[in-house]
Amino acid sequence: MAGIMSRKDATLFIGFAAVVLLLPILAAPFGAAYPDLLQRFMIFGIFAIGFNILFGLTGYLSFGHAAFFGVGSYAAMWSFKLLSLNAIPAILFAVAIAGVFALVIGYLSLRRSGIYFSILTLAFAQMCYSLAYSVLTPITNGETGLRMIRADPRVLDRLFSEAPAGVPVPSLFGISLSGWNGFYFSALFLLATFFLAMRITNSPFGMMLKGIKSNQNRMNYTGFNTRPYALTAFVISGMLAGLAGSLLVVTDPLAGAERMQWTASGEVVLMTILGGVGTLVGPVIGAWLIKYFENIFSSFNDNVLSSFFGFLPDGAREAAVVVAGKFVGEGWHLSLGLLFVLIVVFLPGGIMEGVRRISSAIRRRGGGRHATARGELSPSAAE
Amino acid sequence: MFEVLFLQFLNGLDKGSAYALIALGLTLVFGTLGVVNFAHGALFMFGAFCAVLFRQLLTLETVTLDPEKLSPWGAPVEIRQPLVQAWFGDVGAVLVNYSVPLSLLLSIPVMLIIGIVMERGIIKHFYKRPHAEQILVTFGLAIVFGEIIKAVFGPNPIPQPMPTELRGAADIGAWLGMQPNVITYPLWRLVYFLFALGVIGSVLAFLQFTTFGMVVRAGMADRETVGALGINIDRRFTIMFGIAAVVAGMAGVMYTPLLPPSYTMGMDFLVISFVVVVVGGMGSLPGAIAAGFLLGILQSFASMHQLKAFFPGIDQVIIYLVAVVVLLVLPRGLMGRRGVMEA
Amino acid sequence: MQTKGNVVLHVADVQKHFGGLHALADIDLQVDEGKTHAIIGPNGAGKSTLLNVIIGRLAPSSGAVVFDGTVLTGKKPHEINQLGVARVFQTPEIFADLSVLQNVMTPAFARRDGAFRINMFRSVDNERGIREEAEHTLEDVGLMDRRAVHAGALSRGDKRRLELAMCLIQKPRLLLLDEPTAGMSRHDTNTTIELLKKIKSRGMTKVIIEHDMHVVFSLADKISVLAGGRIIAEGLPDQVRGDPRVQEAYLGGVH
Repeated sequence: MAGIMSRKDATLFIGFAAVVLLLPILAAPFGAAYPDLLQRFMIFGIFAIGFNILFGLTGYLSFGHAAFFGVGSYAAMWSFKLLSLNAIPAILFAVAIAGVFALVIGYLSLRRSGIYFSILTLAFAQMCYSLAYSVLTPITNGETGLRMIRADPRVLDRLFSEAPAGVPVPSLFGISLSGWNGFYFSALFLLATFFLAMRITNSPFGMMLKGIKSNQNRMNYTGFNTRPYALTAFVISGMLAGLAGSLLVVTDPLAGAERMQWTASGEVVLMTILGGVGTLVGPVIGAWLIKYFENIFSSFNDNVLSSFFGFLPDGAREAAVVVAGKFVGEGWHLSLGLLFVLIVVFLPGGIMEGVRRISSAIRRRGGGRHATARGELSPSAAE
Repeated sequence: MFEVLFLQFLNGLDKGSAYALIALGLTLVFGTLGVVNFAHGALFMFGAFCAVLFRQLLTLETVTLDPEKLSPWGAPVEIRQPLVQAWFGDVGAVLVNYSVPLSLLLSIPVMLIIGIVMERGIIKHFYKRPHAEQILVTFGLAIVFGEIIKAVFGPNPIPQPMPTELRGAADIGAWLGMQPNVITYPLWRLVYFLFALGVIGSVLAFLQFTTFGMVVRAGMADRETVGALGINIDRRFTIMFGIAAVVAGMAGVMYTPLLPPSYTMGMDFLVISFVVVVVGGMGSLPGAIAAGFLLGILQSFASMHQLKAFFPGIDQVIIYLVAVVVLLVLPRGLMGRRGVMEA
Repeated sequence: MQTKGNVVLHVADVQKHFGGLHALADIDLQVDEGKTHAIIGPNGAGKSTLLNVIIGRLAPSSGAVVFDGTVLTGKKPHEINQLGVARVFQTPEIFADLSVLQNVMTPAFARRDGAFRINMFRSVDNERGIREEAEHTLEDVGLMDRRAVHAGALSRGDKRRLELAMCLIQKPRLLLLDEPTAGMSRHDTNTTIELLKKIKSRGMTKVIIEHDMHVVFSLADKISVLAGGRIIAEGLPDQVRGDPRVQEAYLGGVH
């Protein structure tokens, strides 16, 4: 790997890959080791990494990234319907279509910066969302959502075989993608995405993106044409959102417009902030935590709470259940919002900054003599 | 045709009024404190729920069993007696009937307190932080506020009746010397429009004619200079945040008969209001007001079926379409200043 | 006017008015290759306007700015830089979030790779040549020991030196300096002068906008005096120092 990757990067990548591939074991103690949830970990990890390439590196806060996610879902679904049940063409098609959308929306939105950029991306995404619900119903199937049916043409598949009996499901050259297969399939894409993000972060191209975030004026007077740099970042991140969207359709063959709503765009912002903007692993951690708590918290009900607070005397237990009940189950968004506010107020660098602070505190105690020599290119050690 | 267009124009006024009121507060906060407040829509929602709460308090009932009557299947009959009526008789009934406008009285202190607590508790720590972080923390607050309302009042919209006297329609056509019954306009929407004009006028007059307003306007133009004059600008800005919260809250109270309040309304209105503010130009009060009415009216025109026949779905996207076009043609919106919010 | 050598920058008959206000009138300025040309003048004389016209940030109302045969008017900042013009700002414009070394490497990439290139599959760590060049430049300006620090944490004087290094690494043909010692202590001013003297021998043409006389007379080969939007005097430092019109318009006001 010597030419492409430094030793530090290689270690990071191997560590990350090990964690991802061992997740079915590692997540077991947390009650999260089932394929459906872990697959979502992978998918939203990809989404967040992609978003971070735009927001974390380049500094443009998009409030409309869910549009590309949704477009990816619809495109993949149409590939399943028209071409083949094979996941590969569906993913390629989804990434390409999301890329085209990102190119157009990015080209227009990047003519402005700051909050004007955010509002432009939001406006475009809301347009996609509203149109998907109304006029584009022939393509999106409106509120019902788009799904596969037996009568779909699937041109490529029909060339080789008859229509399968039963409900069609996506596959990979005939290998089923349900259950753990689907998880490992998505995991490979997450690893590829992580690798790409690592390449970008450590490459001269990534340094230019960080330069744009830090001081766009200086970049211009230094001889860089910043617009195509930002647009490239935008398109890459839009394509990754499309990839994530298509993978979600592989798991859960239903594409609906609500995935494009601005709350979905807000969610990926939350993931990235929670984990740590501009870091490599942060967005993935943020995505995993949010998806984990969404899953666990929203399944809590009063019975679970009641047994959790079983050590309390009767009256106090009921009160505790009522209060805690507002934060879990249906109300888990309340916990999410509170957590988010706390993070932004006290730890703007997200969880990764927390890790950095703790580890530097430990290092200082343990005598920081050998802590300074390395990492002189990137001032923040966790990148 | 003229009648149709005029009617659509009128129909856009009440929504436009709401947009303008929210955008006004948003712009005051941005212009004075330099803070991008994504929780401003939640303040509108809090106002609406002041009306809900007030009505729930007014309609608290005592339930007694009538010892003499039995229902057909032999159960005792419940007598529900609203407490207010029990205590005040007919006056109580009037109070219940006018619960929405009366909630304004409740909303003013409540919103002022919410605004001041919010500013002192969280917003003030974000004056010097990047706009992206301001957006993020207020976005988080907006989620929290919405969820609190959901936890207390439940997830479903709660309709609020308007006073019976104001339920009819005004024959505006006849007032203007046209044929009667061609252009009629629901009275409450007219009330809302006039109310909005009153609030906007009062805020502008307050800024224009009081010393307090003068300092605030000077602060909006150049915060550092005013701070250097030794004027305690921070306290005034706290009050300004409170005022913006009150304006949003009152707008929410009066809007309840037009849209049953639910916990999502803050976010729904926020997205559009931000588009309004940005279209008007960040930091420009006249811009925000003008853009509010403009977008409300355009939205109403876009819902005409004659137009929808040509551009299917135009009513869904008109606001965003206008935002995109305005921002691409006029980089700083209709009346924005250079260099504001572009970093 | 003595014209040894080539004219590298020619500001030809430039006028600039804002509304009714004449900010620049009949400016004709020739900067010779390899020389340090200072533009001085009292506040409000139009120095910054002139610089902004040269760099393309403001369009002149009439006239043109020609750099080495190319008209700069109407070109974008990055295009002007790619032609070989670098600029130091009045308040240092650096990448506060990047390390000092990264700050200097970035402009080197602009010179090597042009205005836009997706250079995604090489690691910055493996860009030996650029890195060594950057370290060399940092040694030149005396910031080598601070190379791993966040640039935002530097003192103002160091930020200015860093910005200078960012320009120097591009080996520009023309370096524009906008009050390079503004707001600096006497000590920092002197080290900056030493630094500029040191790079003077490299044959780089420099235009300095300045009102600190000490700086101007220690560095300039030629001085143009701007007052009221016009050039009222031009010549060698000693000529300008003795010119009564200059004394009246500028020096007289100070001393």
